[in-house]
Amino acid sequence: MKIHEYQAKNILNKHGVPVPNGEVANTSVEAVEIAEKLGGKAVVKAQVHAGGRGKAGGVKLVDSSKEAGEISNSLLNSNLVTIQTGTEGVPVDKVLIEEIIDVQKELYVAFTIDGVKKNVVAIVSEFGGMEIEEVAETNPDKVLTLEIESSLGVSPYKARKLASFLNVDKKQIRSVANVISSLYDVFVSNDCSLVEINPLVITSDDRVLAADAKITIDEDSLFRHPDLSEFYDPAQEDPFEKQAAKFGISYVKLDGDIGCLVNGAGLAMATMDVTRFSGASPANFLDVGGGADEAKVSEALKIILLDEKVKKIFINIFGGILKCDIVARGILDASKNVNREFPELVVRMLGTNFDEGREILLQSGLNISLVHDLKEAADLLKSS
Amino acid sequence: MSIIVDGQTKLLVQGITGKEGSFHAKKCKDYGTNLVAGAVPGRNGEVFDESVPIFDSVQDAVDSTDANTSLIFVPPHLRADDAIIEAVDAGIKVVICITEGVPVMDMVNVSSYVRDKDVILIGPNCPGAISPQPKVKVGIMPGDIHRPGKVGVVSRSGTLTYEAVGQLSQLGIGQSTCVGIGGDPVTGISFVDVLEMFKDDDDTEAVVLIGEIGGNREQEAAEYIKTSFNKPVASLIVGQTAPKGKRMGHAGAIITGKDGLAEEKIRALSSAGASIIPSLADIGEVVKEVI
Repeated sequence: MKIHEYQAKNILNKHGVPVPNGEVANTSVEAVEIAEKLGGKAVVKAQVHAGGRGKAGGVKLVDSSKEAGEISNSLLNSNLVTIQTGTEGVPVDKVLIEEIIDVQKELYVAFTIDGVKKNVVAIVSEFGGMEIEEVAETNPDKVLTLEIESSLGVSPYKARKLASFLNVDKKQIRSVANVISSLYDVFVSNDCSLVEINPLVITSDDRVLAADAKITIDEDSLFRHPDLSEFYDPAQEDPFEKQAAKFGISYVKLDGDIGCLVNGAGLAMATMDVTRFSGASPANFLDVGGGADEAKVSEALKIILLDEKVKKIFINIFGGILKCDIVARGILDASKNVNREFPELVVRMLGTNFDEGREILLQSGLNISLVHDLKEAADLLKSS
Repeated sequence: MSIIVDGQTKLLVQGITGKEGSFHAKKCKDYGTNLVAGAVPGRNGEVFDESVPIFDSVQDAVDSTDANTSLIFVPPHLRADDAIIEAVDAGIKVVICITEGVPVMDMVNVSSYVRDKDVILIGPNCPGAISPQPKVKVGIMPGDIHRPGKVGVVSRSGTLTYEAVGQLSQLGIGQSTCVGIGGDPVTGISFVDVLEMFKDDDDTEAVVLIGEIGGNREQEAAEYIKTSFNKPVASLIVGQTAPKGKRMGHAGAIITGKDGLAEEKIRALSSAGASIIPSLADIGEVVKEVI
């Protein structure tokens, strides 16, 4: 689960990681007040979950509190379109107003999980302010990745080793090392999957500040973090994905016109690939889940059909726990309960109760092509 | 011969009285697995399916039945991670955790705990393992699609593995053992661990490896195939058309860096000598060519 920069900075603050002075504003009036407190000159930062915010005009320097109000006003009433959002962008409901900091050096510090090492890893670089993937590509020797043993945490020597690698002035090594240790505490105590400070700034008056902060929380841990669950911001989510989440359905919106309904995440990804390789274009990723019932299948179809672009639906079910007759009944239920023309269905079902499922679909009167083979399905999808 | 689960398997199910646990315990038993016990705190003395004794703890179950393999259905909020550690401490040699939604940090801690112990941990969020000969199933896969044979299957996914197995069986290509290692960012055994076991298994002549976007475990497998694996490998990577930065169902299936991209994994596996299965529809055909 992504959280906003201002929320991330509140967490950092609690763990003793210094952040620039500033406050979040819901209105331009609040923005003016905050900017005045900061002395007029400030930076206004749109609070959105998408990256690429700066280049999209979501971060602006202002010379006066009046200008802070104007900029906030225009940001707060808009959707921000970045390289990571769709063309419609994401709404800006809050802006963070911060002091302008005088940068001496920009560093990169992050903690994440490495699935191969099965541990938390620290990643640091003296090339802050850039995409770390780019630095890893162009200057691999300037990126240090260290495994952190979970029973030990970031031991003092390791924190010093990471800080020393950053090529900072001797007198700053201790404070940078302290920040690195604190960031690990942030990571572990909040069940994060990512804590990324880019840049971690050393100011010209030698302060060490987290100028930006990206924190992602492990969604599977939210049951033990009621406080963090409150950071969920539905406004930043795709409306279809939000609707699907209510029913425990994994849905990701794509830009094509073939709706996909599948059981199992791996099979759903594979189905998306097959659809694309056939020359057609999937409208979504959808995993209805292993233990789905009739109602869930029906909801899944309704969500797919919320997308007006969808003109055909590909249903690919490997019946195991999920039985084919249940799927067929779910399809029937959805067809009776949507307010739009029910599109052509290409249905491939295998496994448990296949014959019953097939009978139900054949007698439904719906426009359905029942196929056995994936190649056959691909041909039918292509011809749309 | 087969790997991980075989004629020696004596199965214990942790969480055998729950909805999922009881359903699948019965299915495993019906398939032919030697189900010897269940473990649920506070349920000592009860009996499952007329013949399987239930114990309060894994240790009690092991002491009474010599169970050597555990299948875990304990949900995350009842501490699936602790259930794994309980099984390991009781001397269980194969621990398979089906539970979906275990917090990643819990698995980091579990991994560190089991690292130097003599145990095979599979999962969490996995379908388990099955050996069609001699019919031993420790997991949630549909048993009837499997046929005895010489192809080993290893995958990060559930239904996708069933799909692959279905295609193989239909073409008359049987399987030695099929293992789902799980779709989470941190899991027990990796592709490489399973490949090592397949390497030493005389009954396995070729391997189908099914990977997906996210992480870099497929690259690790490619490195191993290149340097140390002498049997033919056919590989399918799914999520080739997935958008970056979006979690595709599995918690681990999210492209965050370059390594997570399907194309990077395919490139690594291909240059390691694996035959690439272009798409789901081609699994059977490519494997036929490989063996």
